[in-house]
Amino acid sequence: MIKVEWFYWLIAAFFLTVGLLVLRDRSNPHRVWSGVFWSLLGLCFPYSSFVVAKTLPAWPLGLTVVAIACIAGFGLLGHGTQEKTTSPEERQALSERFGNKLFLPVLVIPVVTGLFATFGKDVRIDGRPVLQPLNETVIGLGVSAIVAVLVGMWLLRTPSAAVPLHEGRRLTENIGWAAVLPQLLAMLGLVFATAGVGKAIGDSAGHVLPKGFLLGAVVLYCLGMAVFTIIMGNAFAAFPVMTAAIGYPLLIQHYGGTPAIVFAIGMLSGYCGTLCTPMAANFNIVPVALLELKSDYAVIRQQVPTAVPLWACNVALMYFLAF
Amino acid sequence: MLVLLGVVVVVVGFALRRNPMLVGTVAGLVTGLLGGMSPKAILDAFGTGFAGSRSIVIFLLVLPVIGLVERNGLQEQSRRLISRLARLTTGRVFALYLLLRQATSAIGLLSIGGHAQSVRPIVAPMAEAAAVKRYGPLPERVSQRIRAFAAGTDNIASFFGEDIFVAVGAVLLITSFVDTTYHFTLAPLQVALWAIPTAVCALVIHGLRSLLFDRQLARDMAREPQRDDSEAKVAADREQVGS
Repeated sequence: MIKVEWFYWLIAAFFLTVGLLVLRDRSNPHRVWSGVFWSLLGLCFPYSSFVVAKTLPAWPLGLTVVAIACIAGFGLLGHGTQEKTTSPEERQALSERFGNKLFLPVLVIPVVTGLFATFGKDVRIDGRPVLQPLNETVIGLGVSAIVAVLVGMWLLRTPSAAVPLHEGRRLTENIGWAAVLPQLLAMLGLVFATAGVGKAIGDSAGHVLPKGFLLGAVVLYCLGMAVFTIIMGNAFAAFPVMTAAIGYPLLIQHYGGTPAIVFAIGMLSGYCGTLCTPMAANFNIVPVALLELKSDYAVIRQQVPTAVPLWACNVALMYFLAF
Repeated sequence: MLVLLGVVVVVVGFALRRNPMLVGTVAGLVTGLLGGMSPKAILDAFGTGFAGSRSIVIFLLVLPVIGLVERNGLQEQSRRLISRLARLTTGRVFALYLLLRQATSAIGLLSIGGHAQSVRPIVAPMAEAAAVKRYGPLPERVSQRIRAFAAGTDNIASFFGEDIFVAVGAVLLITSFVDTTYHFTLAPLQVALWAIPTAVCALVIHGLRSLLFDRQLARDMAREPQRDDSEAKVAADREQVGS
């Protein structure tokens, strides 16, 4: 059976390679710390496999992640200054030579991922699934990346696998610590949940509840979902808390709302919060790095004017459809 | 209520523009300690959280191929393709991508697009090129805004498309939570169905904003004083230093 863990180990190998290349890059002002950053990150992935399997304790992993965060947090992560890639003029010439062939490797990614996501769970040998159940899409994305590199190297007559590896390392270095931030914030979410932050917010929301005022209760539930998501960076964390505090006792039990409508639109109100928060780093901060934007809030700033009216639509939809 | 101080750390940390990695770590430690967790329990939670969220970074595996095609001129080709399609303006590129991305997410094909897979190599360069075709070289401020809007369009399309698909995490989370907690028997299909009205609103609101982007672009460029390329570049650099 093809397991999703294999692809996490592949990521680990990639980070370790990046670490090694960074350590040897004399143009990087912080090459030792940067090399340690990427190497430690690489080691975290295989170790995580044992944490998930509960064969090794989780705290050494937590400690390592804190060390990684400190390297980044104290500004010790740098990247090389000599870019070993093609110049704009060379790119212009190459693009004239290869033309629309350049799109094919990029299109391999959606096609292969789509095939895995759609038909992946039906592929069986001797009645047993070939792909690890529930992870078909992640496996598909990993496989598509490998197939796309092979197709790209063949079409673009790339002499060695070192070329895509160096380019991948360059882009990864550009992303820098933003590559780990989503996971760090997922960790923070878990600590918040364990320490009872959710319950504290839910309780305080329960106190300001206006009694006998349906629209007020709908607004409070939707607002609670959005604000809680802004704080936690994730609507999934907000949903159980806000539903227990307001959604179920008030909107369903007291006002008799239709559960499917209240809960579906409640969750989507949380998504409006996701559009407004740097805590949702994989959506709002990673693209800042990936698109080389100057401000950390550039993407959020473009999303808020959609998020706010959409949130208001959610309130109206819930009020008119569910009751 | 003391544990809410951790939230305060996050808000203050982000407001003061401290490094988010540091903010997150400090907030985690503060919250854990105030919540009565032992240092080992906090580190355990950190480790478990990291291990459980590894799938977020799987997108990094596509970077080598994106780098490879970019090195060979993908972004240049994206621009050339756009310059041949005369009717495609920046706003229409956004609107088209919004529609495509939302529709594919709604049938469960969420991971086929994304910031690394499609926005950086294709959508952002095309949207920029459509503006360059009309106005010539863009000031940095404008090209930054175009790229950020492209990323935002990807987020909005995928968020408000995916929930229509029955087997997606959000829908299953809703049904499993309310079924086990409140003893409902909520069908995932019902929940997915009621995501459609919001999805339509998202398409209308962001689609309109996408199409209006062209007008705003026209206004922005009209305000820019006419200069030749080198002057425009110098001015862009100066803006950068200023910010």
